[in-house]
Amino acid sequence: MERLYSDRKYIIIVFFLVIGLLYIARLFYVQILVDKYILSANNNVLRYMTQYPARGLVFDRKGKLLVYNEAAYDLMVIPRQVKSPDTAALCELIGIDRQEFTDRLKRARNYSPYRPSIFEAQITRENYGFLEEKLFRFPGFFVQSRTLRKYTYPVAAHTLGYIGEASPEVVAKSSYYRPGDYIGISGIEKSYEEILRGKKGMKIRVVDVFNRDKGSFQEGKYDTTSIAGTDLYASLDADLQAYGEMLMVNKKGSIVAIEPQTGEILCIVSSPSYNPNLLVGNIRKKNYGMLLADSVLVPLFNRAEMASYPPGSTFKLVDALVGQQEGVITSDTRYACGGGFSLGNGKVVACHPHPSPLDLVGAIQVSCNTYFCRVFRAIIDKKSALSVRQSFEGWRKYMLSFGFGRKLGIDLPGELNGNIPTAAYYDKYHGRDRWKSMTIISLGIGQGEIGITPIQLANMAAIISNRGWFYTPHIVRAIGKRDSLNQAFVQKRACGVDPKYFDVVIEGMANVVTGGTARAVQIDSVTMCGKTGTAQNPHGKNHSIFIAFAPRENTKIAISVVVENAGFGAAWAAPIASLMIEKYLKGKVTRKDLEEWMIRGDIIHGITLPDAGRTEHILQD
Amino acid sequence: MREERSIFYKIDWVLVGLYLALVLIGWLNIYAAVYDENYNHIIDLSQKYGKQMIFIVAALLLAMGTLIIDPKFFSQFAYFIYGTFLIMLILVIFGGREISGSKGWFAIGGFGVQPAEFAKMATCLALAKYLSTLDVDIRRFRTLIIASVIILAPAVIVLLQHDTGSAIVFFALIIVLYRAGLTGFVPLAFIVLPVLGILSLLLPKMILAAILLAVAGIFYLYSNRKIRVIIIIAVVFIGSVGFVFSVDYSVNNILEPHQRNRIHVLLGQDTDLKGAGYNVNQSLIAIGSGKFFGKGFLQGTQTKYNFVPEQSTDFIFCTVGEEQGFLGSSLLVILYTSLFVRVLLTAERQRSRFSRFYGYGVASILFFHFAINVGMTLGLVPVIGIPLPFVSYGGSSLWAFTLLLFIFIRQDSYRYDLI
Repeated sequence: MERLYSDRKYIIIVFFLVIGLLYIARLFYVQILVDKYILSANNNVLRYMTQYPARGLVFDRKGKLLVYNEAAYDLMVIPRQVKSPDTAALCELIGIDRQEFTDRLKRARNYSPYRPSIFEAQITRENYGFLEEKLFRFPGFFVQSRTLRKYTYPVAAHTLGYIGEASPEVVAKSSYYRPGDYIGISGIEKSYEEILRGKKGMKIRVVDVFNRDKGSFQEGKYDTTSIAGTDLYASLDADLQAYGEMLMVNKKGSIVAIEPQTGEILCIVSSPSYNPNLLVGNIRKKNYGMLLADSVLVPLFNRAEMASYPPGSTFKLVDALVGQQEGVITSDTRYACGGGFSLGNGKVVACHPHPSPLDLVGAIQVSCNTYFCRVFRAIIDKKSALSVRQSFEGWRKYMLSFGFGRKLGIDLPGELNGNIPTAAYYDKYHGRDRWKSMTIISLGIGQGEIGITPIQLANMAAIISNRGWFYTPHIVRAIGKRDSLNQAFVQKRACGVDPKYFDVVIEGMANVVTGGTARAVQIDSVTMCGKTGTAQNPHGKNHSIFIAFAPRENTKIAISVVVENAGFGAAWAAPIASLMIEKYLKGKVTRKDLEEWMIRGDIIHGITLPDAGRTEHILQD
Repeated sequence: MREERSIFYKIDWVLVGLYLALVLIGWLNIYAAVYDENYNHIIDLSQKYGKQMIFIVAALLLAMGTLIIDPKFFSQFAYFIYGTFLIMLILVIFGGREISGSKGWFAIGGFGVQPAEFAKMATCLALAKYLSTLDVDIRRFRTLIIASVIILAPAVIVLLQHDTGSAIVFFALIIVLYRAGLTGFVPLAFIVLPVLGILSLLLPKMILAAILLAVAGIFYLYSNRKIRVIIIIAVVFIGSVGFVFSVDYSVNNILEPHQRNRIHVLLGQDTDLKGAGYNVNQSLIAIGSGKFFGKGFLQGTQTKYNFVPEQSTDFIFCTVGEEQGFLGSSLLVILYTSLFVRVLLTAERQRSRFSRFYGYGVASILFFHFAINVGMTLGLVPVIGIPLPFVSYGGSSLWAFTLLLFIFIRQDSYRYDLI
């Protein structure tokens, strides 16, 4: 009877076959067409353990260790593995509240449920020991060791810079950095980041469902070892730097010292400063906010390379050099000073009392305004064949080759161009061909639109001592090996003025110290050449400026000192420069009175020691 | 007729070959699933693959024993065997051991034996016996009732043991009834109702009702519009709509929470990959990560490191998927499908109605296990914990499936002896 229904076998067989085919189709989809399952499988079993290399060390020019590493520990979390932990206990261990705990976990999960994120950064060694004992109770959490930067001396904060976690923008742009990685943010740490950081390594481990380590993935075939960062040898002299910072206490301004024969920067002081150890570890965030919020002292601002000042009378040296090179003056050229330089419209650039007329050496020695106004005018109006514009652009070329108006290209981030105005600027301001030498005469005495950074100023002193050339100033003298050379800075740059024109200028600078505007700051048995400057500025009292180099022959140090709103160049900048030179050349300072006077002088709050007859030596420049 | 020679001469070696292949594949994959670098001695009775080896040896002895028993024994004692297992099923509720939430185990020595596994075989025998009785016609109401009772009695008892999965398996025997002449509407209903149930959980009820009304309307327009037909259409329509509206209630009030979750997971309404969705998600990850060629024997990371729960029993297919890839898992699907078709075709060549119906029962039960188990690992069917025949770890299920199949092979070997 069921023979009647024997055809039904076909329906049943077709049904079996349809299910079989459906499953094979599903297998095809799950195994071949989509990739998400194999990715999830890898996420299940593979743990990528970053191997952080030790960051390169930084030494000073005498081989003193300036920056080193100290172990710190990050508490990491893999959100997917966190299993209803004893929240309260963990919160207590790391000192956060429950809300913070939930927030952090959520943030980590948003980044990735499978990858480790930093839960609490930079736990100290003591807390780490405590935490490690308890950590087995909290699945999903583990500790990863990292290194913190430490600074042997609390100096040169701006120059050494600091590191911090790479910002999301950096992480998005780079294939190297991952969230939580450290990156140099300022100073040497930033400009030499790729040398200092080394190369991260990666270990791939296999884990089971309980996150227990099951060994390396494919016998470590895909593992890479980390490569430690390269050490840097800074040209900085830590003692000189510390001394400079001490002298600049309670003053705004900067000191830059360069070794002229190499372009190596011996010290960069920017005051006010801060202790670099403040921006290390998990106190960094708080302290950084505090430093950033200080709008009066602006301690994070590196004045040495980021501030530009009118150079004032120090600029007269450049007039003297360019004037000679252009043939508008010789060392014997004399100009009479009638107490000022008349602009012809009733206005006068005033000058202070001094013998007159003077030759070039004498004019530098007493810093005669009239003399250098006339030199500048002669440069601009020299050749009747050329328009004022053309002459001005010729002058400007000299300025650029002196390293003004453009970044010098030092190896620190954030360097300022400074400002040497262009002809186009004056065209725009006064109208095309509506300006002449008299219009811009204040440039001749280093005032007006001109702006020069302290580094450029120190470099100018180096140029003069070298008689016409310089190496780009730099802070790192050797990379990796102490006696190697930083190959980025081996190109001599000429300033465009013939060496023969320098002797007369140097003679004048020597006289400035022996019997000129800075006669109070001589150093025993050292021939120091200097030039004072007093920069008028819209921010208050004049800036006290001094540039110098010493010894006169076979020069070891060229220096610029700027003390903001401190008055005459001879009053503060010149003594500080003199003390710095003494310290550097002799190793110690014998003029303790002068030293104390400078250290205890508080320009910021307007408090100085009793005069004691000192100011009578201070001459106007 | 020389009996001694003919037994091994007449048995269906294709079926035996398929059986041995599946058992071997099963053992290899159990070995892979519990493989541990530290414990990899093949015969280690503390490990599942060591125990399974013993189960397999016992199963082969059982198979040989079955092949030498007089084939008439099974048809003559069909009701007796059935009755025995019904009693054991009841006894186990009171005297049994509870293993993973189900009270269906007898403890014999160190091993647990699950009568429910054997009850499937017994029910097949009884159903075949009843349907092969003279004057029985499934189109008659009385026959249908008795056949249903034979099928449902063990199912209900198993359900009382909280073993929903095993209980559902008995419904597979509807295929036997269908072959015996049951109207096609019943098996159709068994396919349509789950689909309708799933739709009712996914779509708004009123929209679904409107669709059903439209379908009824089409049937009405193409029917001969006799009163009887109209009534049937109306009853089916009202029944369907009633079903649609009762699904929510059933899911929320009749099913247990874990069963409800499994349905939500299947429908993609529950994406909690740590909770109810964990098994299926890990299962798909393991299978999906096998790609075309698989990771190789013992190379499956998901398998080796226990990411998939119940890896050696209900989710053994994941091991195949991960280590043998698309190639291996498709071959396994083809192997199973060949087995079912082979059993079916062999059943069709039986002269005895008992053997034929029994063969259909064997095919139905094996197929149902396969479809539910593999469908579950592939995320196509809710998680129902029943083993993959011959492959999953476990003594009871292996022995029961071996008996189930070899009784049929024995019947088949005897087909020429029937006049």
